[in-house]
Amino acid sequence: MANPMRIRAAVKDGFTEVRVLMSHVMETGQRKDSSGALVPAHFITELTAKHNDKVVLLAQFGPSVSTNPYLSFKFQGGAKGDKIVVSWVDNKGDSRSDEALIA
Amino acid sequence: MRKTLGMAALAAVLAGGAQAQSTADEIAKYREMIADGNPAELFEMEGESLWKTPRGPKKATLEQCDLGQGPGVVDGAFARMPRYFADTGRVQDLESRLLTCMETLQGIPASAVVDGDWNKGERKTMDALAAYVVTHSRGQKIQLDLANPQTRRMYELGKRAFYYRSGPMDFSCSTCHGEDGKRIRLQDLPNLTHKEGAIAAWGSWPAYRVSNSQFWTMQHRLNDCFRQQRTAEPEFASEVTVALSVYMAATAQGGVLQTPGLKR
Repeated sequence: MANPMRIRAAVKDGFTEVRVLMSHVMETGQRKDSSGALVPAHFITELTAKHNDKVVLLAQFGPSVSTNPYLSFKFQGGAKGDKIVVSWVDNKGDSRSDEALIA
Repeated sequence: MRKTLGMAALAAVLAGGAQAQSTADEIAKYREMIADGNPAELFEMEGESLWKTPRGPKKATLEQCDLGQGPGVVDGAFARMPRYFADTGRVQDLESRLLTCMETLQGIPASAVVDGDWNKGERKTMDALAAYVVTHSRGQKIQLDLANPQTRRMYELGKRAFYYRSGPMDFSCSTCHGEDGKRIRLQDLPNLTHKEGAIAAWGSWPAYRVSNSQFWTMQHRLNDCFRQQRTAEPEFASEVTVALSVYMAATAQGGVLQTPGLKR
């Protein structure tokens, strides 16, 4: 089971800014360990962000994204107390979903 | 011909200087950009849950751990560390105090951390716990109890260690950290002999290092400084490491903590 994300969302002037910090190794599959063996690729492939039940962001991630990725985006609308749900799936089929309320 | 070469060399030196300056600016800009999403927060979250999870042979949490502000009080504790603890009769920094708590409350032997490897096992646990504790002193002023004779003694010891030259390159801490404007590669080094530099250093460690995605405690930072000097690496939480921390924190007295920090 992956570690939780930290999600913060705030509404200002009709736009909601969502900031997400994910905990993930994001292995590229290019690195070698101390014994010279290739470290298998392990990275987030798809991320979905929902405002209440509506998808507001769908992103495809790849091996070039850093370890413990940080994502920030804005969408129009949203109100205080609305639910934001962010979920990701990685190439090993592991997944994680966390939610936060708009402040 | 010779003159031309000289001019070319001078031009290269000038360009190098300008480049170093702009790189420092670029790094500062980059740091500002990602400060908003400092991944140290992930370690802090992990640390908080570890703090409240029963662990070790005694199946106890750390919620009764006394960091100097009373059992279980985390808020503001790091701003007053290192400090003298009457129960152990020693001046302790955050990491050595956490070792005491893990040993007495949870029954986890200190050797699990002291003899361990960086970023593994109980040392990794220590990283997360430190991240949790220092976050609760963020924005607070560094206030060491310098009236305490034991703390004074450690300050003097730390100062001596800071200027003590050793190893094959005859380095001391002050070789790199005793003057303004020094750097290793593109990393600017703080001058730890005056307040401003000491605040920049003591006030921003422990920190998340973007280059290797690791969270480093001050113990790890100090150990690596010794390694870079090619001299004997100190034992985890040993007296000399605590003394150096007292020297740094005392020099930074009154400065505001920005912990956990974010490093290149």
